[in-house]
Amino acid sequence: MTKNKAKAYWKENIRYLIILLSIWFLVSYGAGILFKDELNQFRLGGFKVGFWFAQQGSMYVFVLLIFVYVRLMNKLDKKYGYDE
Amino acid sequence: MMSSFLFAEGLGVQNWTYILVGITFAIYIGIAIWSRAGSTKEFYVAGGGVSPLANGMATAADWMSAASFISMAGIISFAGYDGAVYLMGWTGGYVLLALLLAPYLRKFGKFTVPDFIGDRYYSKTARLVAVFCALLVSFTYVAGQMRGVGIVFSRFLEVDINTGVIIGMIIVLFYAVLGGMKGITYTQVAQYCVLIFAFMVPAIFISIQMTGNPVPQLGFGSTLADGSGTYLLDKLDGLSTELGFSEYTEGSKTTIDVFAITLALMVGTAGLPHVIVRFFTVKRVKDARKSAGLALLLIVILYTTAPAVSVFARTNLIETVSNQPYDNVPEWFKKWETTGLISFTDKNNDGLIKYVANESENELTVDRDIMVLANPEIAKLPNWVIALVAAGGLAAALSTAAGLLLVISASVSHDLIKKIAKPDISEKGELIAARLSAVGAVCVAGYFGINPPGFVAAVVALAFGLAAASFFPAIILGIFYKKMNKEGAIAGMVVGITAMLLYMIKYKLGWFDDTLPDKSEWWFGISPEGFGTVAMVLNFIVSIVIMKFTPNPPEEVQEIVENIRIPSGAGEAVNH
Repeated sequence: MTKNKAKAYWKENIRYLIILLSIWFLVSYGAGILFKDELNQFRLGGFKVGFWFAQQGSMYVFVLLIFVYVRLMNKLDKKYGYDE
Repeated sequence: MMSSFLFAEGLGVQNWTYILVGITFAIYIGIAIWSRAGSTKEFYVAGGGVSPLANGMATAADWMSAASFISMAGIISFAGYDGAVYLMGWTGGYVLLALLLAPYLRKFGKFTVPDFIGDRYYSKTARLVAVFCALLVSFTYVAGQMRGVGIVFSRFLEVDINTGVIIGMIIVLFYAVLGGMKGITYTQVAQYCVLIFAFMVPAIFISIQMTGNPVPQLGFGSTLADGSGTYLLDKLDGLSTELGFSEYTEGSKTTIDVFAITLALMVGTAGLPHVIVRFFTVKRVKDARKSAGLALLLIVILYTTAPAVSVFARTNLIETVSNQPYDNVPEWFKKWETTGLISFTDKNNDGLIKYVANESENELTVDRDIMVLANPEIAKLPNWVIALVAAGGLAAALSTAAGLLLVISASVSHDLIKKIAKPDISEKGELIAARLSAVGAVCVAGYFGINPPGFVAAVVALAFGLAAASFFPAIILGIFYKKMNKEGAIAGMVVGITAMLLYMIKYKLGWFDDTLPDKSEWWFGISPEGFGTVAMVLNFIVSIVIMKFTPNPPEEVQEIVENIRIPSGAGEAVNH
């Protein structure tokens, strides 16, 4: 019983990780590096968009991602009775 | 040698520097005395009861070294877009740390990274390999920090670099040896406050001057304050191409190299033992997650400001000196010239400063550090702001050095003496050993600070590659792959770190050939700085392949893995 519970908890955790890390990859390696040139055709004030993601945007998203993760996991811990 | 310009009007930069540095040092020492460690648990992990916010601040100070504070904005200034590798690389690693490492290592609840490797892979060999990697990474890194302390002291307090290193050693010795992790944690909290204030104040002043926007992060994407309606970045792009440099917002590295360097720095950050160990100091698993988030938030304040400072400083520099008569250069130019950080040779004898990309025609050389150090003067800011930069630079260098020294001393006293050489050592004996190894580590670091081997500077940046190639895969597999066994992990770490060392020696230090091999010979076009990514992938592959052909780990180890995946019941870090 506890084993199954632990397994289910782990599975949900992994699902969160995959989603969050995909976003992590998209903003930095995607928008900031691989698709930088395409995005640079667009502008955000004085910033070219690709440049902005590389030197600003990706970092803001990183911070957000961790706090979203903290929230999701605190909820998940509660759901499975692992909070303390 | 800099005394001439330090006697400005009013209190003077020099006096302000003595006052600000004096006050901050008194605070650090006071904290060290108040929080000295009484047990090994306090010495290694500050007793395990640090609040998430305090740990976040300490992690941020621990993380941001003299390189982040003094050099990074300058490097980006000259690299333009390419500077993003440092910005993303040194922040994105915290996402990996928060999501993939910190909560589980906290649940595991030991004192050091080799502790985890040794127990998870049920092997003394694994532990020894991990100790070797931790020492290698930490020593290369700390030598650079001590040098940084020396340079800041010498520039601002008018002592020579060696005296500066020795003063730095004594201060660090005092609070690291006395306070251990507990002393370091609370001094780092103070150091974070000093360094972030010192970095932000000049940045905000300059942002207002140039763009009228008090938020530097927005300022460098705004229009100029001169009413022309031109965007600052467009102007800098224009100035750069005019002088023959590549466009500031475009950069010149290849995409694959930018990708590889960014990944190596991210993964390396997540694998650095002095960062990981900070997450052993909080109470619960949820605190570890939260404090990783807070740490990154506090780091990102500086990291998003740095690229703005780069743009301001670079534009200021070009506008102030390019094509100006040398006889008319502003005061700060002459003053920093005496330090050798900026120099001018009139190659065509026209009396004008020609600053262009073409090496044979260029007449101006600028050290990248000047972009932060002289920035307040270039922008004509008050003396106390200039002095503040000195206090901030010292806080950044000292906090990182102390964190690294602690990892080194714990590796020796805990991993080598307690866990391998002399397991029956008493608690008191281990604490003495920990303090003695801290003293030894400070002396070695100080020696390298005073007699820097030529390769130290080159190697510091590669400490990340080494961490990426060794620890990261072993820890990730240890948590996420229950069947990973000791044979796989050891082989992976050995292959990863060896590959990284060999590539570094061949393509960065050039010891295998008579001359340093050309860029065109790099594997897949990846620079030594980015090779950590390749070495990490190698580590993963070797680990998994070897595992397939060797026995599964014992039942009880697989149970440990199941246990660390569940956050509750972390308890306190235990010494057994």
